[in-house]
Amino acid sequence: MTDLLQFLVAGLALGAVYALVCLGFVVIFRATGVINFAQGGFVALGAYLTHQFAVRMGLPFWAGVILAMVGVAGLGFLLERFVLRRMVGHPVFATVLITLGISILIEQFCAAVWGHDLLQMGDPWGVGTVVLAGVTIKVMDLWTVGSAAALLGLFFLVFRRSTLGVAMRAAAVDPEASLAHGINPAVIHALSWAIAGAVAVVAGVFLAAGPRGVDSTLSLISLRAFPAMILGGVDSTEGAVAGGLVIGLVEVLAAAYLTPNVPGLGANIHAVVPYLVMVLVLVLRPHGFFGTAEVRRI
Amino acid sequence: MASYRLTTEYRHDQRLFRTPLAKAGMAGLGLVYLAAPLVLDNFWMTVLIQAGIASIGALGLNVLLGYTGQLSLGHAFFYGVGAYGAQVFAGRFGLPFPLWLVAAASVGGFIGGVVGPLALRLRHQYLAIVSLALLFVGNHVFENWSSVTGGLTGIAVRAPVAFGGLDVSALRLFGVAFSRNQGWLWFVWAVAAILALAVRNIVRSRPGRALQAIRDRDLAAEVIGVSQIQYKVGAFVVSSGYGAAAGALYAAYTRYVSPLDFTLFLSIQFLTMIVVGGVGSVAGSILGALFLTALPRVVEAVSAGLPFVAQRTGDWGITVSTLNTALFGLLIVVFLLAEPLGLIELWRRAKRYFASWPFSY
Repeated sequence: MTDLLQFLVAGLALGAVYALVCLGFVVIFRATGVINFAQGGFVALGAYLTHQFAVRMGLPFWAGVILAMVGVAGLGFLLERFVLRRMVGHPVFATVLITLGISILIEQFCAAVWGHDLLQMGDPWGVGTVVLAGVTIKVMDLWTVGSAAALLGLFFLVFRRSTLGVAMRAAAVDPEASLAHGINPAVIHALSWAIAGAVAVVAGVFLAAGPRGVDSTLSLISLRAFPAMILGGVDSTEGAVAGGLVIGLVEVLAAAYLTPNVPGLGANIHAVVPYLVMVLVLVLRPHGFFGTAEVRRI
Repeated sequence: MASYRLTTEYRHDQRLFRTPLAKAGMAGLGLVYLAAPLVLDNFWMTVLIQAGIASIGALGLNVLLGYTGQLSLGHAFFYGVGAYGAQVFAGRFGLPFPLWLVAAASVGGFIGGVVGPLALRLRHQYLAIVSLALLFVGNHVFENWSSVTGGLTGIAVRAPVAFGGLDVSALRLFGVAFSRNQGWLWFVWAVAAILALAVRNIVRSRPGRALQAIRDRDLAAEVIGVSQIQYKVGAFVVSSGYGAAAGALYAAYTRYVSPLDFTLFLSIQFLTMIVVGGVGSVAGSILGALFLTALPRVVEAVSAGLPFVAQRTGDWGITVSTLNTALFGLLIVVFLLAEPLGLIELWRRAKRYFASWPFSY
């Protein structure tokens, strides 16, 4: 029982990370209709930048994270402004392909600057644990869940309550009508990319914190947020959070129970299970659990 | 004689060769094909063989991306299916040459037909995500189904190519013996030419027009009676089959495959080939495959003289493999921004310039 509780906490922590990555996907998808494959690159770059500021330059950890967030958000903004905006009017697949190309460039930039070795994050939590009601929990997991909750809360507060959030939602629903109301969709698009970049950094930091370390596989791991996106429905921000949590739980539970008991499935079946869940969702409920079912008018 | 430039009937537009010059050009290419193995050294023959195999994969992917507008990241998976298929059908069951290739390609096509309906029932670029899942799940299977794939260590492939008493690996024609590379160069490009002709015929006939209608305006296509799901899945099956055929030839040529050959980066390489060569162009697929198979070799050759490239491990600078990988990403971005129709469009533009000369603008 305590085992299960421990796994649940670990799963929620991983899920919170996926939720952040997935939120980045959804924010960009809602605003621009583009699936952003560079999100994985943002996650990796965020972790590397935090390493750079916090470890190599010796800044306080929180300052390193914030600087990395500003940096990657800026990169997202610039990419939208100078690359993706020029793709308006081109077929969607071309834009998606461009994000894939950008992702490779970011990954190779990281490899060129920081090399291929595993680097430390310089996070203040390390491998410490606390015991809560008989359950041993990593301090890092608590921080992950707490920070993700705070960040997601802030996002939803802005997204639901502020004028800016209303503008973002309006621009996603109908760019032309929102333009008529004085909302500039171009600004919203650039802002969406910046938000996606900023949340990706936090995801990257928590994905790489503790014993895990920073390396180039971060980008591949964060692609597992795609199943979360499908599960929650590609255009739902709430769905992104729910999907992320579910996928994180599924992955941790699969690693804990499936791998030792069914060795025939292979040692890292837990890395594949999220994708299998995604296929199942596509069969049963193709628009996800929170997404809007597709309606087309002819 | 009807004017060959002015198209007055649809069948003129559908012709394989629009002008006598195009026919002559094709004949010239045929001569190059025949002569290449006799004049090239081993290094360039290997590059060209790999390019021939890659162009088969790129052709298939272009049917899906270029003509149907669906982005798939799972091409490396089908390539892997074909590679292991070659080992299973030829090495294990001992099927003779054309049969194992057809069988391996069919398995790829079959998997495409099973997965396709799942991914393609929704609009947007769902296929990009679903095919990514296919790639990761497939790679997990490649790594763990050791009895068939040899697991992470890989497996030696024995898939002999011999027909009518001619063994491609030890070719003897008119009493002259040819090397393995010479035989393979002729063989691979013959297969590529046949498969290219097949794609050309698909895209200039009814199914091809249906695919392009879906690509250009899916709703309008459906309104005039084109079944979207049917044609999209059809395109996915063709593309998967081509990917598997390319993989089978790759395995037969290199004689050894491991799961590390079939990663996401291979899919991205195929995508780069058609973006650089020409999205929605048969010749473009081949051009892109040639260009991007040769490019890493050329970069390796010239990198010794580049100041920012590390020559030995531990040196300052980036590694050659990092540079090559980054080049693929850069080419995707640059071409999509600057020349979305690829290298082939440069050729077309040159042709148009001379066709309307001296009144070209």
